[in-house]
Amino acid sequence: MTPRLQIPTRGPWLAGLLWGALSLVCAAAPAPPPHDYSKDEVHVLPVQGNVYMLVGAGGNITVQAGEDGVLLVDTGVAPMSAKVLAAIRGISDRPIRYIVNTHLHADHTGGNETIARAGMTIAGGNVVGDIGASASNQAGVIAFQTVLDRMSAPVTGAERATPQGSWPTETYTTPERKIFFNGEGIELIHVPEAHTDGDTIVFFRRSDVISTGDIFVTTSYPIVDLSHGGNIQGVIAGLNKIIDLAIPAELQEGGTMVIPGHGRLCDVADVVFYQEMVTIIRDRVQDLINKHMTLEQVKAAKPTLDYDPRYGSDTGFWTTDKFVEAVYKSLSATH
Amino acid sequence: MRTVTRGSRAAACGVLLVTLLAGALARAQTDPSGSWSPRFDEDATERIPGGEIGEYLGFPLNAAGLARADAWDAALMELPENQCRAHGSDYGWRGPSLLRIWTEVDRATQKVIAYHTHLSAYGAEQTIWMDGRPHPPDYAPHTWAGFSTGEWDGDMLVITTTHLKENWLGLNGLPRSDQATARVHLMRHGNYLTVAVIIYDPVYFSEPFIRTIDFVYNPQQQMAPWPCESVDEVDRPPGVVPHHLPGTNPFLNEYPAKYGIPPQATRDGALTMYPEYLLKLKTLPTLPRPPKKPAP
Repeated sequence: MTPRLQIPTRGPWLAGLLWGALSLVCAAAPAPPPHDYSKDEVHVLPVQGNVYMLVGAGGNITVQAGEDGVLLVDTGVAPMSAKVLAAIRGISDRPIRYIVNTHLHADHTGGNETIARAGMTIAGGNVVGDIGASASNQAGVIAFQTVLDRMSAPVTGAERATPQGSWPTETYTTPERKIFFNGEGIELIHVPEAHTDGDTIVFFRRSDVISTGDIFVTTSYPIVDLSHGGNIQGVIAGLNKIIDLAIPAELQEGGTMVIPGHGRLCDVADVVFYQEMVTIIRDRVQDLINKHMTLEQVKAAKPTLDYDPRYGSDTGFWTTDKFVEAVYKSLSATH
Repeated sequence: MRTVTRGSRAAACGVLLVTLLAGALARAQTDPSGSWSPRFDEDATERIPGGEIGEYLGFPLNAAGLARADAWDAALMELPENQCRAHGSDYGWRGPSLLRIWTEVDRATQKVIAYHTHLSAYGAEQTIWMDGRPHPPDYAPHTWAGFSTGEWDGDMLVITTTHLKENWLGLNGLPRSDQATARVHLMRHGNYLTVAVIIYDPVYFSEPFIRTIDFVYNPQQQMAPWPCESVDEVDRPPGVVPHHLPGTNPFLNEYPAKYGIPPQATRDGALTMYPEYLLKLKTLPTLPRPPKKPAP
């Protein structure tokens, strides 16, 4: 009999990275298990147009490259910065101009400091004249305002400070910010109260690629960071927004490509499956809340039963129990 | 006058032997190329109108698979994002589809690089790489067709498919996850082609799932195009996902009642794949049959 083909998964590895990343910003989190980054590799996957996906440095990194330079969406974990830079240099030798952070977690912002310093933003005229060359001696780091608020907040309890060099240098507070770079319109779209309260989706309009941050992942149930303003309703709103932006090609396949916060390269059909799953679980938990069930009763009812073998976990940072609890608390607060 | 030496005779014999062996190998690889039409036998009702809601007999569904199928609402297929969604390459053979198979040949070596398939349903196509290339890494995209490689096992073409998108295995919500691997065996016997599909799904199946589909060679076949454009069939608020909450699907007992099958048999998953299940079946209670509809 032909042996069954085994596909390697990144579940435990990613769980470790997520644990480490979130522990950096979450108060009272236990120390993460040490992870040996020296053996990890950064892989480059061309997506389409000017856009590439870097995998293996924590959260996925999006690279848009062209004559104007390089724009990154997220920077991965800090210990992988040298390998990330080497991977970027394999794509383009132009300056790194912009870094967009999809949210504050350290598996997406840990490389900000090192990678921004390797870059050079576009500045000149009065700006450089007034404050000197330092105005342009690193890449600009752009994020929604609350990312800066939380990164720069005073250290409390066991929470570890985010290095100042990692903080955003430019923030926005409007529903959307637009950039034109490398001959392409780029939309930064804020999704309120989703994975956190500072989420940004990045839409590369000519390349037809969406970089989602952790609103969409293929490796687990959505991580709803309640302590940083997350809410399951916002996650669903974000998924609906991605579906609304994307246009699939023939047979609902391809067309707009979607880079998730973690996991494999996707298209909108993959987002639809995920949105259906999250929406169905939300509806089930809401129905149980409407029946006045307690959190423990809701957990016992197993509202995620049919999706657990695919997205659930009994161990690690983000267990199925924690996900159900986050949905319950999101909806109870909304209720 | 040429002198035939013992050495040259041995060399000639060697060449002849290699030629004969090569011919035998070539004969063993029975080319599946051509136009094929599906044959429908005892599985016709399950394939053409599609399985009924709650009809899970013969499927190795685990608890998660049962729960997923029970929650399925046919209105899900009305959503614009699902209307043009193609079948997976593991399920596409099963539909009432015409099939075309053709080869892609390297001009220099005349070796077959790939087989290509086209099914009339959705115009779905699959490439089966024969050049030994590896499957993509786990971070590569998944597709309806997945990524397929083939190798010959005697005269049987064995296809291994990974990187499948999630899909259904019947139009009654039978789920198959994106973690599944499919092994498809193409067996040509003259003008008949048997396709045996084995699906390994660690998410929704407790055992591998196998079924066969038959085709007959039909060079006169006319393959129609399958244009598909999504439309808003039903006015719904954005983001609504039709589904049945656990324990509320009102249609699950219609199928066992209609055919006099014990409802428990629709819940017994892999057990129902085996002949000995008939013994248990005789011990299970059935539902009263619904009254026959009066003739119009």
